[in-house]
Amino acid sequence: MVDFIQQIINGLQIGSIYALVALGYTMVYGIVKLINFAHGDVIMIGSYIAITTIPLMAAMGAPAWTCIVASVIFCAFLGFLIEAVAYRPLRNAPRLCSIITAIGMSLFLENLAMLVFSPNPRPVPKIFSSEPIMLGEIQVSLNTLLTILVSLCLMVALQLFVRNSKMGRAMRAVSEDFGAAKLMGINVNRTISLTFAIGSGLAAVGSIFYSSSYPIVEPMMGSMLGLKAFIAAVLGGIGIIPGAIIGGLIMGVAESLTKAYINSQLADAVVFGILIVVLLVKPSGILGKNIKEKV
Amino acid sequence: MTKSTLKSYAVNLIAVMLLYGTMVVLSESGVLNKYYSGILVLVCINIMLAVSLNLTTGCLGQIALGHAGFMSIGAYTAALFTKWLAVSGAGGYLGYFGGLILGGLLAAVFGFIIGLPALRLKGDYLAIITLGFGEIIRTVIENLQFTGGAQGLRSIDKFSTLPVASAICIISVGLLTTLMRSRHGRAILSIREDDIASEAAGIHNTYYRTMAFTIAAFFAGVAGGVYAHYIGILGAKNFNFTRSVEIIIIVVLGGLGSFTGSIIAAIFLTILPELLRDFNDYRMLVYSIALILIMIFKPSGIFGRYEFSLTRAIQYWIDVFNGKRKPFASVRSRKNNKETED
Amino acid sequence: MESVLRTTRLGISFGGLKAVSNFDIDLLDGELVGLIGPNGAGKTTVFNMLTGVYQPTEGTITLQGKKIQRKRPDQLVKMGIARTFQNIRLFKHLSVLDNVMIACNFQMRYSILGGMLRLPGYWREEAAVREKALSILAVFGLESYAEILADNLPYGKQRKLEIARALATDPKVLLLDEPAAGMNPTETNELMNTISLVRKQFGITILLIEHDMSLVLGICERIIVLDYGQIIASGLPTEIVNDPKVIAAYLGV
Repeated sequence: MVDFIQQIINGLQIGSIYALVALGYTMVYGIVKLINFAHGDVIMIGSYIAITTIPLMAAMGAPAWTCIVASVIFCAFLGFLIEAVAYRPLRNAPRLCSIITAIGMSLFLENLAMLVFSPNPRPVPKIFSSEPIMLGEIQVSLNTLLTILVSLCLMVALQLFVRNSKMGRAMRAVSEDFGAAKLMGINVNRTISLTFAIGSGLAAVGSIFYSSSYPIVEPMMGSMLGLKAFIAAVLGGIGIIPGAIIGGLIMGVAESLTKAYINSQLADAVVFGILIVVLLVKPSGILGKNIKEKV
Repeated sequence: MTKSTLKSYAVNLIAVMLLYGTMVVLSESGVLNKYYSGILVLVCINIMLAVSLNLTTGCLGQIALGHAGFMSIGAYTAALFTKWLAVSGAGGYLGYFGGLILGGLLAAVFGFIIGLPALRLKGDYLAIITLGFGEIIRTVIENLQFTGGAQGLRSIDKFSTLPVASAICIISVGLLTTLMRSRHGRAILSIREDDIASEAAGIHNTYYRTMAFTIAAFFAGVAGGVYAHYIGILGAKNFNFTRSVEIIIIVVLGGLGSFTGSIIAAIFLTILPELLRDFNDYRMLVYSIALILIMIFKPSGIFGRYEFSLTRAIQYWIDVFNGKRKPFASVRSRKNNKETED
Repeated sequence: MESVLRTTRLGISFGGLKAVSNFDIDLLDGELVGLIGPNGAGKTTVFNMLTGVYQPTEGTITLQGKKIQRKRPDQLVKMGIARTFQNIRLFKHLSVLDNVMIACNFQMRYSILGGMLRLPGYWREEAAVREKALSILAVFGLESYAEILADNLPYGKQRKLEIARALATDPKVLLLDEPAAGMNPTETNELMNTISLVRKQFGITILLIEHDMSLVLGICERIIVLDYGQIIASGLPTEIVNDPKVIAAYLGV
């Protein structure tokens, strides 16, 4: 029983990371109807930024986790840049073109990282201690606790932001009806840029937590993580923020339980299996609604 | 059959024979050494892959990101078949061709199984699900024992010489072209143009979407079989997402919907990396930038939907020679001539 | 005259909103009936139900005595119901001739392999369909445009092409959705003549949605008026024009 709860907690930990990353996918899809294939690679960049800045922070006497700040800022800016350079010109183009561009951008980031940082995996210095803390009979590390709690706080903050702030309302308006939002005086470009920036920033936080649990970075790490997070977003209902959170947590727990009780190899297959089942049974996801095209 | 159609067929047949003959001569006479004819074999394989993917992505208009998966099914099936035959002493080219067909058919079966449910989904979702299936196929093959597991399959007989590969390539492209110029091809195009209107014209969309996907998978499988018997060893890593993307790049560069474009782009993008071997590290980087730039500036690719027609080209030059037409006057005949109201 | 298309209490709700309800019509063989009403009344929704794009949530549709239930749009086309669209939906990058030939696809028999290998069936059927398509185009004066890309046709001819494409399916009932939209009076007149000619030459029943009252009053034998998803009046043009309910809802003074 204790073991089971342990696995659940592990699942929540990785699930929180998936959720953070999934939020980026879902917000972007909600607002521009684009699957940002490059999102996963932004995570990878975030981790690389972290390992480059940690020594700098250490030199300045700051604790390792301050690298989050640098990572978040850089990734938010990167998200903004990618949108402005590659996606904005194609806003009115057919879907196929946007998808191909996104794939191209993803490949670009991966190969750039391979050239700049070398394709060999690199270790990540310790960010949070993994000393186990005992909660009753259950062992959790500070790492795990922080991941879950901080992620939760961020998700709640995001939800509040989208619900109550002016910019948040603008984001919702643009995702509902682009043209109408424009006519209402909303600066859609700025709103979209902000969406990308926030999504990428959250992904950066996710990447830090990911790196503290799996302390290796390599240029292709973003693709699997990104894909799983994307599946989480679809599972919960793409375009719906609470959906990304639910989807992420479910994915994490499912993966953790599969690894623990069935087979480690099969974990990836299970994950893809979930995707296929969702798409075939209810493509709009757990929280999604079916909208028919008007003839 | 009208006289002009007969003429058209004759012209194309002669051209094809010439092409095939050239390939035979080049390889038999030893003008091309092993390295160069190897590159040409790869060109043939890539042409088959690109044209078959173009059927799904360009003609049907649906994004499929797992094409390498079908290639791998065909490759492994064909390879295992010829190996099995070799053990019992039989084999030779008959076994090879049998293996290719078998590989194509098995790939088609998977294409059907995946396509039937998946093609109900729209654009983005279809892209993801085909990507997912491509990855699943790869993972499964990697973990199966009889496909050699992680080490892969070795000592496959190298049946895919240049004459053989080019013949298969020519036949495949020929069949796909005749398909597109038949009523089934028109039906497939109508779905791309407007699926709702297509249904209103009596076209069973699910049937044709699945058909196109399945046929594309078949030819990808055959291409895989040719590949297996060219390279001699197989590993699941050969057929990953990167491979699918490389095929997509060829199709996009050549023009979605243009087989001519796919052929030219396949030639270009197979030969270029070989010429620039030293820059191999930068290859994917350049490809990715090219992909983005093409999408931003010329999304229809280099050839758009244009199809080269040998008959038309010959007629054009005959007209020029007879003074009936000025050379290079207006090549963009169809696209920009908006008719005015009477 | 026998009934070609009949609906009984046809209706559809979208999540609680009743878009169309109690829609009863009976189209007799060879009739030319108009369906009018304000925007949003549900006219196109009715068409969508009749052509299988929407599944009605209540009521029945009967085509030549046979009840239609849960059929796909392409199945209904094969059974004899054809339509055109409010916003023209042509196969833009295909030729005019191809647009029409595609509508004959289900009438052809040759297989995939037959097409790929150019077996005799291909030659026979392609020639026959090509001839049929050209003759239909000729009715509309479009045969000289056969090889032109549909997108390059002027607007008026695009609308005609859509009708030609629908006719190529050999329908028993033709549903025209605002065929005169965007046309000037001359074009509208030409269209009226074309529709009458089509009805006579092909012997089909036509139901058309239109806002242009000159066309409706000019050629329709009977008019049905729809408002908020319900039929508020039905009868001869002279009756409809003077009906106070219709005037209040739609025609104005």
